[in-house]
Amino acid sequence: MSIGQSVVRKEGRAKVTGQSRYVDDLFLPGMLHGLTVRSPNPRGLIRAVHYGDGIPWDEFTVVTASDIPGANVVALINDDQPYLADEYVNHTEEPVVLLAHPDRALLEEARRHVTVEINPLPPVFTLEDSLQASEIIWGEDNVFKSYDVRRGDVDAAFAAADIIVEGDYETGAQEQLYIEPNGMLAVARPEDGVTVWGSMQCPYYVHKALARLFNLPDAKIRVVQMETGGGFGGKEEYPSIIAGHAALLAWKSGRPVKIVYDRAEDMAATTKRHPSRTRHRTAVSRDGRLLAMDIDFVIDGGAYSTLSSVVLSRGTIHAAGPYFCPNVRIRGRAVATNAPPHGAFRGFGAPQSIFALERHMDRVARSVDLPPDDFRRRNFIQTGHTSAVGQVIRDPVDMSALLTRALEMSDYRNKLATFDRSNPGATVKQGIGFAAFMHGAGFTGSGEDHLASVVTVEATAEGRVRVLTSCTEIGQGTNTVFSQVAADALQLDVSDIEIVQPDTSAVPNSGPTVASRTCMVVGKLVESAALSLRAKLQESLEQGLSFAAACREYIQQRGALRASAQYQRPPGVRWDDERFEGDAYGTYGWAVYVAEVSVDITTFQIRVDDFVAVQEVGRVINPLLAAGQIEGGVAQGIGWALFEEVAWREGRMANAQMTNYIIPTSMDLPPIRVYFEETPYAHGPGGAKGLGELPMDGAAPAIANAVSHATGADVRRIPITPESVFELMEAVRA
Amino acid sequence: MPESSVSIHCRVNGKDVDVSGHPMMRLLDALRTSLHLTGTKEGCGEGECGACSILVDGELVNSCLVPLVHAEGVEIVTIEGVADDERLHAVQEAFLAEGGAQCGICTPGMVLASVSLLKRNSSPTDDEIREGLAGNLCRCTGYQRIFAAVAKVCRDGKGGPR
Repeated sequence: MSIGQSVVRKEGRAKVTGQSRYVDDLFLPGMLHGLTVRSPNPRGLIRAVHYGDGIPWDEFTVVTASDIPGANVVALINDDQPYLADEYVNHTEEPVVLLAHPDRALLEEARRHVTVEINPLPPVFTLEDSLQASEIIWGEDNVFKSYDVRRGDVDAAFAAADIIVEGDYETGAQEQLYIEPNGMLAVARPEDGVTVWGSMQCPYYVHKALARLFNLPDAKIRVVQMETGGGFGGKEEYPSIIAGHAALLAWKSGRPVKIVYDRAEDMAATTKRHPSRTRHRTAVSRDGRLLAMDIDFVIDGGAYSTLSSVVLSRGTIHAAGPYFCPNVRIRGRAVATNAPPHGAFRGFGAPQSIFALERHMDRVARSVDLPPDDFRRRNFIQTGHTSAVGQVIRDPVDMSALLTRALEMSDYRNKLATFDRSNPGATVKQGIGFAAFMHGAGFTGSGEDHLASVVTVEATAEGRVRVLTSCTEIGQGTNTVFSQVAADALQLDVSDIEIVQPDTSAVPNSGPTVASRTCMVVGKLVESAALSLRAKLQESLEQGLSFAAACREYIQQRGALRASAQYQRPPGVRWDDERFEGDAYGTYGWAVYVAEVSVDITTFQIRVDDFVAVQEVGRVINPLLAAGQIEGGVAQGIGWALFEEVAWREGRMANAQMTNYIIPTSMDLPPIRVYFEETPYAHGPGGAKGLGELPMDGAAPAIANAVSHATGADVRRIPITPESVFELMEAVRA
Repeated sequence: MPESSVSIHCRVNGKDVDVSGHPMMRLLDALRTSLHLTGTKEGCGEGECGACSILVDGELVNSCLVPLVHAEGVEIVTIEGVADDERLHAVQEAFLAEGGAQCGICTPGMVLASVSLLKRNSSPTDDEIREGLAGNLCRCTGYQRIFAAVAKVCRDGKGGPR
């Protein structure tokens, strides 16, 4: 059995030798480079586009909205975002004109000679201003989507409550900052159709968008994923835009066109994590039981709706966290601003609402004079309880046990006492804090039903097995984990399994590579299809034939040897889209993370000194890869909590450079100690659950609680910059 | 030859090569487009991320910051020159065994930074490993498994110059 073993990364050798092919490593004969001319204004009416003197424009391919053969819309959920702005621009960096030329230097020069002249309209830059609705920039009220969750009688519970704790919490935008910038290479001819190769998470999203853009039948569109240098959600929806742009230029020029963003363009123009504001009002009994929670969760979606409605739904469902409370009201809203659209980023709304909740829970504990761990133990959701959206928790869950282990591993009690003794008078103050949380695995609600994902497994006459899915390897280990699952189901060696490069002309639609669904949901389909394939050979294998001989015999007698599996909702799982109620996720990963920090009150520099990540994510298929996912997610969470601040100036990212948008370096991270509690999940391959997003949720609130412990500062907003700690400590002193 | 072009002679991965181009052409582009050595990656183009790290006369440099004209007569090692044909370098083996590579885009630079570090210091402390890799950004791993890979090379006694 390979499940449970730290099998070496399938494509690892190509990666450590530099042989892996990313999109920018592709060069086609006659290839042009493409470039995007963008709006300089956040909002306005396009008056004219001027092409300045001194550029040999006849050598250039120039594409505007009028060149689009099909619909000028990025097909995703709503059809509100154009591929190229036509009449109006709604955010800075909005694409207006596309240029292509063989010489990249001349192309850059040409960009500087294109002027987009705009009659400005009043822009909206903050979610508070958007909610005020004094300027309407989207729909009737600037609201992309709203959800209302209601459980019990919240108003009655507040009226009778002894203690009510309120608080507002904010999180900033965060750039995914995959080290490989976005890019696509396209070949497009009216007679042949459109083919793109590129960096992406979701080949069939790109496929769907291109079919609309060119008004072509599905069979005329082909999307191939190249090796992808990180995604984290940042290559979920935006690659559809770049693919369309490259293909439009290729269509018009008749030549292959490659568009690879430079870092500044990628940071300024593509999606980031939604900024958020969460308002909590909590009623609690004197003995520390949650009586009622009233939560108002708002995210800033930017100028177009893109994925905001689904980011909002995950954030809303996670807003009440891993707690049982009889009376809950959650109002979730995603609103429009004139910033580039915000989009998918690991955690997908949940890190925002969990940051607010877990910081708030420490404050609620304090209001009833309970240690934060005791308070949480009194309120943890348990098997048999019903969540805020009406999901009865059926799987075994033991948050108290996870908390106990996390506190032991971090030496929490001892450190709490030691720091409390040493901090008064110290110039470097130490603190320890934790966060308890969960993360739903797979698409929210009925999402997996709508996707109806398919996986195919086939075998050759030589007994080589090929796994066909549209799930992409983006560093998280898809190739290796699918190989392990297929190998075990077929009783073969991992090296006998080949994972086919995602190519929409060859692989079925097994959905996007998002939402912690690849291993658990699609991996289960890999397992099912592999078991079906083996069942076809059962007789021959029982007669003692080797797998290869059985494959040869089958193929000689009956032809192609392949089996497919399609997603089936696990029995008993129900979700009501209309009422936003039911089993929001098939299952959840559960976790408690502990952070230890020191704050130098001379420089106000904050360091994370130690980090413990304890989680239950079902059976762990590959311990090495799984720990790598947790460590990487925690690192991104530490960056979000302390360093990563998008500086907005008039709706534009002013620090779109690695020089001044700071992600953690090797010097900035503590040891990250990872522990898996393994409770097999019945509907995951080998008992596995999803885990990719979970580690993004816990670091920020754990750090905020630790900084508060160290300094007394009442942290309400991330990133927690040195300046903000200084101000908060001044407030405490005053 | 166009007037703003230079012809440079240097050694890349042990082979003599001639490259022509604009004197200010980035060495990164010369390697990737003229010599088809695409293992060297561009992450930021401003010397912050280290994805384009190569060794020039044994020194770790960001090839996005080196103009072609500065490459006359130098000895360059790129990721393609780290393994000995089919036999991986100990650092590459350790990256595989310890899970030091995830998406792989920082990996060529990170492998070269590790090789460079171990050439200078065959038994670095944990802090020295962190410092030695501080010019190379990784967004996937949180660095923990990269540190483990470097430590493994030292543990196995393969850290010294070769």
